[in-house]
Amino acid sequence: MEQNNQLAQWEVFVQEKSGKPYEHAGSIHASDKKMALQNARDIYTRRNEGRSLWVVPTDFIAATDRDDEAEFFDPAEDKTYRTPNFYKMPKGSTNI
Amino acid sequence: MIKISDQEKLDAFQARIDADEKIEPREWMPENYRKTLIRQISQHAHSEVIGMQPEGNWVLRAPSLRAKKILLAKIQDEGGHGLYLYSAAETLGITRAEMIQQLQEGKAKYSSIFNYPSLTWADMGAIGWLVDGAAIVNQTMLAKCSFGPYSRAMLRICKEEGFHQRQGYEIMGNMMSGTPAQKEMAQDAMNRWWWPSLMMFGPPDSESPHTAESMKWKIKIESNDKLRQRFIDRTVEQAHHIGLTVPDEQLKYNKETLHWEIGPINWEEFKNVVKGNGPCNHQRMTHHIHYHKEGSWVREAAIAYQKNMEKKESLLIPN
Repeated sequence: MEQNNQLAQWEVFVQEKSGKPYEHAGSIHASDKKMALQNARDIYTRRNEGRSLWVVPTDFIAATDRDDEAEFFDPAEDKTYRTPNFYKMPKGSTNI
Repeated sequence: MIKISDQEKLDAFQARIDADEKIEPREWMPENYRKTLIRQISQHAHSEVIGMQPEGNWVLRAPSLRAKKILLAKIQDEGGHGLYLYSAAETLGITRAEMIQQLQEGKAKYSSIFNYPSLTWADMGAIGWLVDGAAIVNQTMLAKCSFGPYSRAMLRICKEEGFHQRQGYEIMGNMMSGTPAQKEMAQDAMNRWWWPSLMMFGPPDSESPHTAESMKWKIKIESNDKLRQRFIDRTVEQAHHIGLTVPDEQLKYNKETLHWEIGPINWEEFKNVVKGNGPCNHQRMTHHIHYHKEGSWVREAAIAYQKNMEKKESLLIPN
């Protein structure tokens, strides 16, 4: 097998408009930040899809395991008082 | 911790697919799901990259600066599509170097349509209109595929393919309103590309070995024959609109089903080209290997540069 000569892998995040969240677009290969940004621009924003880019080495991303989904996220389940519609408003009162 | 049996895992996986959930790379998946996707996505990526060759043949001979600019942009898109797809396949645990090696050793395939030569400028029209048109019909379906990274890559690709198909149809339209020689050239390209583009959807459903499992797992959403029919219905009308004749004496419109019906497809030719005996199989692969080798200094330089930077308190490590 030929050695893996394709450089490190980076994840690309694109911000479409000012104020919008950075969304994952895909990945690219590059040897450093500068090349990563240039490659990300050339691959993912040829049609003005974005105004700003983030690139992150793939190895630097920590992720949850789907098998632990329930255990990891269920602390949120019994805290419905965190949402406004948990509360009863007195009759005739108006919202702020 | 309760031990979950393989069957239970498989059932839970199927239930997620049936509920139209997308599967993400780090999640459990049946080995065959992974293998099928690697085969399909890498084949798709190779097709995009090899597909740059028949078009590259015309960059230096494009009839105007406008046409040249468009063709270059389209070829750059094909390369970009290849990269989206290689990235999607990499999330399944195969490296890009492995995929390229499989292609060059003939273990991985690419779409057999790119083994036909591009003989005249009209072929740039026919390829954009018919080949990219067929690709759009196929890819629109694949955007609904159950594997997240593939589906997202497809959405992006579909947005870009629309331009390819239109520029091809524009070339055909322009030639059909030109001189008799230009019309003849356009019709000749139509005659050569029509049948191979119908073959792009793969063998008939009755002979398609992977269809059933792929559809159960929503790797494919619709069958080869159904997609082919959709392409025929859309394209025949477009051909007639600019005065092209579809090279099929048995072509007729069925007023009851509202579909265009075609004569038999020469599947022997298809099998022969897939086997490696198409007009340009050898040329396409020789070209790919040649330029892959010739470009190796670029990869080596990039790796050497990366190592140097790592020594100098790497740019890789966020500061």
